[in-house]
Amino acid sequence: MRENLHRFFRAARGAGVRLSPAESIDAMRAVSKVGFTDRTILRDTFLLTLAKTQDEKKALGDCFDLFFDQPEPQSPPEDGKADEQDAEGSNGASDSPGDASGGDEQAEGLGQLAQMLLAQDRNQISAAIANAASAASLPDIRYFTQRGIFSGRILDQMGIQRLRDDLDNLAATNPALAERLTNALDGLRGTVRDTVSQALMLYGREEAENLRNEILRNAPLSRIEPRQVEQMRHLIRQIARRLRERYSKPRKRQRRGHLDVRRTIRRNAAWGGVPFLTAWKRRHRDKPKIVALCDVSGSVARVSDFFLLLIHSLHEVVDDVRSFAFSGHLIEVSDVLESKSPEEAMAEIMSKVGFGSSDYGNSFDDFERQWMNAITPQTTVIVLGDARSNNLDPRADILRRIAERSKRLVWLNPEGRMAWGWGDSEMPRYSTFCTVVRQCATAKQLERAVSDIVASYQ
Amino acid sequence: MADIRPSASIEAVESGLAAQGYIASRQIATAVYLAQQIEKPILVEGPAGVGKTELAKAIAAWRGMKMIRLQCYEGLDEAKALYEWKYAKQLLYTQILKDKLGEVLGGAPTLEAALNQLHDFGDVFFSKEFVEPRPLLQALEQPAGCVLLIDEIDKSDAEFESLLLEILSDFQVTIPELGTVVAVAPPTVILTSNSERDLGDALKRRCLHLHIGFPEQKLEERIVESRVPGISQTLRRQMVSFIHEVRTLDLKKLPSVSETIDWARVLVLLQAPELGHEMVKDTLNVLLKYEADIEATMPQVSTFIAKASRQNVFG
Repeated sequence: MRENLHRFFRAARGAGVRLSPAESIDAMRAVSKVGFTDRTILRDTFLLTLAKTQDEKKALGDCFDLFFDQPEPQSPPEDGKADEQDAEGSNGASDSPGDASGGDEQAEGLGQLAQMLLAQDRNQISAAIANAASAASLPDIRYFTQRGIFSGRILDQMGIQRLRDDLDNLAATNPALAERLTNALDGLRGTVRDTVSQALMLYGREEAENLRNEILRNAPLSRIEPRQVEQMRHLIRQIARRLRERYSKPRKRQRRGHLDVRRTIRRNAAWGGVPFLTAWKRRHRDKPKIVALCDVSGSVARVSDFFLLLIHSLHEVVDDVRSFAFSGHLIEVSDVLESKSPEEAMAEIMSKVGFGSSDYGNSFDDFERQWMNAITPQTTVIVLGDARSNNLDPRADILRRIAERSKRLVWLNPEGRMAWGWGDSEMPRYSTFCTVVRQCATAKQLERAVSDIVASYQ
Repeated sequence: MADIRPSASIEAVESGLAAQGYIASRQIATAVYLAQQIEKPILVEGPAGVGKTELAKAIAAWRGMKMIRLQCYEGLDEAKALYEWKYAKQLLYTQILKDKLGEVLGGAPTLEAALNQLHDFGDVFFSKEFVEPRPLLQALEQPAGCVLLIDEIDKSDAEFESLLLEILSDFQVTIPELGTVVAVAPPTVILTSNSERDLGDALKRRCLHLHIGFPEQKLEERIVESRVPGISQTLRRQMVSFIHEVRTLDLKKLPSVSETIDWARVLVLLQAPELGHEMVKDTLNVLLKYEADIEATMPQVSTFIAKASRQNVFG
């Protein structure tokens, strides 16, 4: 039974419930008090001892239902109790010849598995599957590509080789029985497949998710498929949460530093200038102010989309964000992004300025004429674009003025460094004025870029 | 393992709490039973007014124990929660005993001898005599055990949480001058939280985590029945299903159990035979605490009443 509990804990971890060893010990103690007789009480016990938030309770509840639910609903006594299955398995093995010979004389001389299948004893079959599954260490399954291997291993454990020999023999002597056996074997395969799929859902979820996220993090944002967009948004939100956690906590302020003489004297005036209370100079730390200029033309649009989503989910960390979108000309999009859902907002922005051929010179000109005063010496200006201006005037002079007014000017370019300066790319001319220039094509690079920008204010 | 018949003991908890007027769901009863069995605190989370604090009171009344309550707020510290030295008393005693001290030490020829003599008296001035126990220490000192309610832990500072850790896991506190005080009888500890801020993992790990949400319709009817005995069955059913409809709306503050009970009392006072349109409109302010919520609910009132009375016929 303990073995089974451990397996359940592992499955729960896979389902995203964080379990510490101490918690699993508590759960064990609690279970030893309530016993296994009542399933709802057992479920409540796990929910009380293991899950510590609402989300975790839900995940754990689902996991519990899945775990204690066997693919064969007709066999309730097997509800995940391995030790009973062991007992039954061995009993079944000794009983089966008797059963089979009683039911069907033709089954004489066949292998154990064949007899079991012909006798159609569901309990016995599912017990045998459970035994074979644990012998094949099914809980070690991690990726969906392993399904075939594990199904094969389980069937091997159950003695499919012997069954095949039996089938070959029977095909000659007793075709009718052979056909029955073939059908039963198909059914068995199906059941085993279900068992493996369920195990994959239980034990493989975490790994599969990690793997997918890792692939997604390193995939070029501009070329991901439409079906992955939703996953990517999810990933971007995760990144935003991570950045928020890292930077939103006010770091413990350094209390000792330079003595603030003026404040110390004033504060201690009441004691005739004897410094009872000291006042220390404090470093003023402001939250980041960000002005983002995003190219939304063609292939850069997707990257801008995710970038804006990330920047605007950093409320706690970033004080003030003003976003602008441009292709041919430039507009402010902060309000749209604040008031609408990401999908709607992007659609609206695209309908206003998207899909044009980009004109960096004209867009910078728009910005200088209308919004230049948005830039203060505390502002970080981020330009996101490929700097391909269709051979129009790049107006690098405006970018220089922006750089002079701002704290930092960061250029994020989705193209690889190799492509900068080739064709109509104006990157070399722009990059002279930028504090930092980085490539930003994947979620990972995006995270690092934004993290660096926020960190420069800490 | 199963020979202890846990389901029976859990039912006993349920009926015990019910006798005190607290109708507990199965999950709550299981939590209370487990807390007693494996000696762990319960951390109760949930929206305001679902009976988190009531649970502690009901447990105390059921077991006939004293309840010690520690209301948390921002800035709550050790001195207010755990213990404090009675400085004034210490000073006073020092003054009074000054002469006595002279007598005691009078016989000592050298300074060293005087010091040694003083050592023999031990820490007279740092004894239990001068400790003012605050709720947490009081709870540990109860000889018959008690129910310790740490209310709205989320309102306190993160530092205060760390102070609690020792008490929650080992039922003991360490006072630097006195040493470690271990609980005479482990108290039943209930912590409540409105999830205003996320509690630390260390605290959560030490507790059973119980989430009390809005009760199901049947359960809520039973709660009203036990709390407001004068109400007729028809009205009870109608009002509870009405409230369940209201909870499906997007409101700032959903009506919780305490509001249901208040409303039931009001309806009984007004001697309403059943849920009427005018009656509901006049008393909606008992149920909803924001003007915007009342405005949002007003247009739906007739539909909800119709639904409620229909359900009453079929249910």
